[in-house]
Amino acid sequence: MADLTTDFLGIKSPNPFWLASAPPTDKEYNVRRAFEAGWGGVVWKTLGMEGPPVVNVNGPRYGVIYGKDRTVLGINNIELITDRDLHTNLEEIKRVKADYPDRAIIVSLMVPCEEQAWKDILPMVEDTGADGIELNFGCPHGMSERGMGAAVGQVPEYIEMVTRWCKQYYSKPVIVKLTPNITDVRKPAAAAKRGGADAVSLINTINSITSVNLDTMSPEPSIDGKGTHGGYCGPAVKPIAMSMVSEIARAPETAGLPISGIGGVTTWRDAAEYITLGCGNVQVCTAAMTYGFKIVQEMISGLSQWMDEKGHTSIQDFMGQAIPNTTDWQYLNLNYVAKAVINQDDCISCGRCYAACEDTSHQAISMSPDRVFEVIDAECVACNLCVDVCPVEDCITMVAMEPGSVDPRTGKTVQKEYANWTTHPNNPSATAAE
Amino acid sequence: MNTPYTPGIAAARLDRDTLSENFDDLHAPLKSHEAMVAADRCYFCHDAPCVTACPTDIDIPLFIRQIATGTAEAAAKTIFDMNILGGMCARVCPTEDLCEQACVRELAEGKPVEIGRLQRFATDTVMAKGVMPYTRAPASGHKVAVVGAGPAGLACAHRLAMLGHDVTVYDARPKAGGLNEYGIAAYKSTDDFAAREVEWLCSIGGIEIKNNMALGAELKIDDLVGCFPAVFLAVGLGGVNALSVYGDDKGGVEDAVSFIDVLRQAENLTTLPVGRNVVVIGGGMTAVDAAVQSKLLGADNVTIAYRRGRDAMSASRYEQDLAASHGVKLLFNVMPKAIHGNGSAAEVELEYTATKDGKLSSTGEAIRLPADQVFRAIGQTLTADAGLKLEGRKIAVTAAGRTSRAQVWAGGDCAAGGNDLTVTAVAEGRDAAMDIHDVLMGGK
Repeated sequence: MADLTTDFLGIKSPNPFWLASAPPTDKEYNVRRAFEAGWGGVVWKTLGMEGPPVVNVNGPRYGVIYGKDRTVLGINNIELITDRDLHTNLEEIKRVKADYPDRAIIVSLMVPCEEQAWKDILPMVEDTGADGIELNFGCPHGMSERGMGAAVGQVPEYIEMVTRWCKQYYSKPVIVKLTPNITDVRKPAAAAKRGGADAVSLINTINSITSVNLDTMSPEPSIDGKGTHGGYCGPAVKPIAMSMVSEIARAPETAGLPISGIGGVTTWRDAAEYITLGCGNVQVCTAAMTYGFKIVQEMISGLSQWMDEKGHTSIQDFMGQAIPNTTDWQYLNLNYVAKAVINQDDCISCGRCYAACEDTSHQAISMSPDRVFEVIDAECVACNLCVDVCPVEDCITMVAMEPGSVDPRTGKTVQKEYANWTTHPNNPSATAAE
Repeated sequence: MNTPYTPGIAAARLDRDTLSENFDDLHAPLKSHEAMVAADRCYFCHDAPCVTACPTDIDIPLFIRQIATGTAEAAAKTIFDMNILGGMCARVCPTEDLCEQACVRELAEGKPVEIGRLQRFATDTVMAKGVMPYTRAPASGHKVAVVGAGPAGLACAHRLAMLGHDVTVYDARPKAGGLNEYGIAAYKSTDDFAAREVEWLCSIGGIEIKNNMALGAELKIDDLVGCFPAVFLAVGLGGVNALSVYGDDKGGVEDAVSFIDVLRQAENLTTLPVGRNVVVIGGGMTAVDAAVQSKLLGADNVTIAYRRGRDAMSASRYEQDLAASHGVKLLFNVMPKAIHGNGSAAEVELEYTATKDGKLSSTGEAIRLPADQVFRAIGQTLTADAGLKLEGRKIAVTAAGRTSRAQVWAGGDCAAGGNDLTVTAVAEGRDAAMDIHDVLMGGK
């Protein structure tokens, strides 16, 4: 059976599934339950500086976006960092780490951008025996108004500066957690690397308002009639997070920098996808908050089964395998031609493909009086919308045309050779092929 | 050719094609997309009520989630970990009384997650590949005898084999499987599923099945105890309760279990005789299985006559409705008084009953129904008690299945405390195996 053991920055864990710094990792009780349930590691909920702890709102902290049947697709939150005493947290971390030496415990930190503040807290964290720290430069609400969290993560110079302090005053791995609330995630990642970060983790939550109460005219979650933006997470954010992960994995200045993938990991497949994009492990929060810690059992069994089926014996075997296939649009093969094919045996005649194509695409599907839907190859641009909206899996597929055959839409012969936009005759700045 | 209206007991009331259609799978297996949609309805409840309701404690939310994430093989493993006969249980469990009754969506919408069919989807996936997902522990050097190759015996044998022990399974019948092979309706176990499941289960190795060896005849408990350090008895209930009324010995009066047995083993259903007018006496699953199959064979009128009210019937409401949907008439609060006929049954005389102070008695009102064939389905009895202490009319056992005699465990229908369900027999066999293992390895 596949070995799920993960070595991330020299930190070993029995599987790549860590709980992200969030409410599920706020205290000893939860973390012990998590480890008993099988989680490979946790990033302890963010600790702040010594002194009076932060206070949280006393009303709803979470908003939600549902799919059909109230499936939780996304949650946003306006909770702050831990509101428990620093020393209580540190003592608990030390105790739990001692009892679970085979599991990873990372301590998330957020203190002001002053050297002394970091100099003060890091030795205390070091003393817990935790395996590393994660710098919370991503929290988008509350703390960012106080010059911390995302306020730091949006300024690459600050990231670099604080990371350097941490490497100076702390001996173990330093992971920098990045905010997605920024235009180009490669910049903060590169800054973290320059500061000496051992890894980056991403994404933190996305600025969001999940809904507006139309009776009270207040955004949700609403506190006494007022709401504020919260941090969005869960399955809905996964595509955004994976794109950002891939950007960092591909960029020359950050390529090879270890990444802990975060954002909507709910099943084994999500985790596998993140790992193929270069992540050394994944962090999970919303899935645990939705289904409980037991959800990790499916992640473990599923990843293990898939690895066995593919012949992967360790996480390393497939880590980063999708990076070489992630490229810029301009390098996509414009000589590749596909057409939609509807399997009439599987078709249930709902007509969704027809509506989508006829109204919003290329009028490439015909409909007969007795509800038979067929692709018109002469119109089909292979946009894939019909596949996307078809309720029956694999009923509509995209089939590549053989080189040498003639595309009835363009009348041109399908070429075998790869050719992209950089050499395309329509491109004013195309470079000559010869 | 005969028709449903042909008088008396006759074969070939329906043509071969109709019969083969009638005895096809009661529930078609879920297709992949259907399974995904069905799995998606599971809420992944905490400490889930469905698991509590399952006699074998299968982690149902986990296996359904594993199906939902495209890993039916992992789902099957979750099922087999607790219930190695999960394939058969997916077909025969009265899920409407167990997991699906407990499902929170049954409470919310009256429409539970289709746990049974999802379980079949997962287990079929693995069994179709012929994969046995377990390997045996290093040989322990111990040998264990299992008497009875039904659900309890097979579950026990598999678990013991997995733990490294060598198991000899004795069975009185020519084929292994017990009631799975001989005792349930054909439409619940199509395509020779019971036999295929036995073969698959035994593919773990270390299990030798010896057929045509009955306890009390070819086998003596003292010999077994002399040869094996541990013996697990899972002999089921060999006897059928008599009706004890006038005419019980007339032609056409038969045991429902024998009828089902013959039907299950029949190569050609057109050769099976069935009455034009069939009356089944009893209120359990066997009664329903016999009644529905009589109807499917082409009987014109089939009646289940049960001495108490609908709620007291041990066949579930679902099974009752299944019978009704096939055209079986359910008659409640009647008990047999006599079977009339010249040599062979022609009529059954029933008396209405009433319950007073918890005691059932006749009201004196009687009716007569035409009946060429009368099936007894009023319960079965233990025939091979092996001299062990009994509780009621079954072998007394502890929670771990230990009997009054050292070295001897018992489980399944022959042991006291169960509910005569396949799934319960599996749980008892599995748990006895664990206890036997502990004893053999010197733990307890």
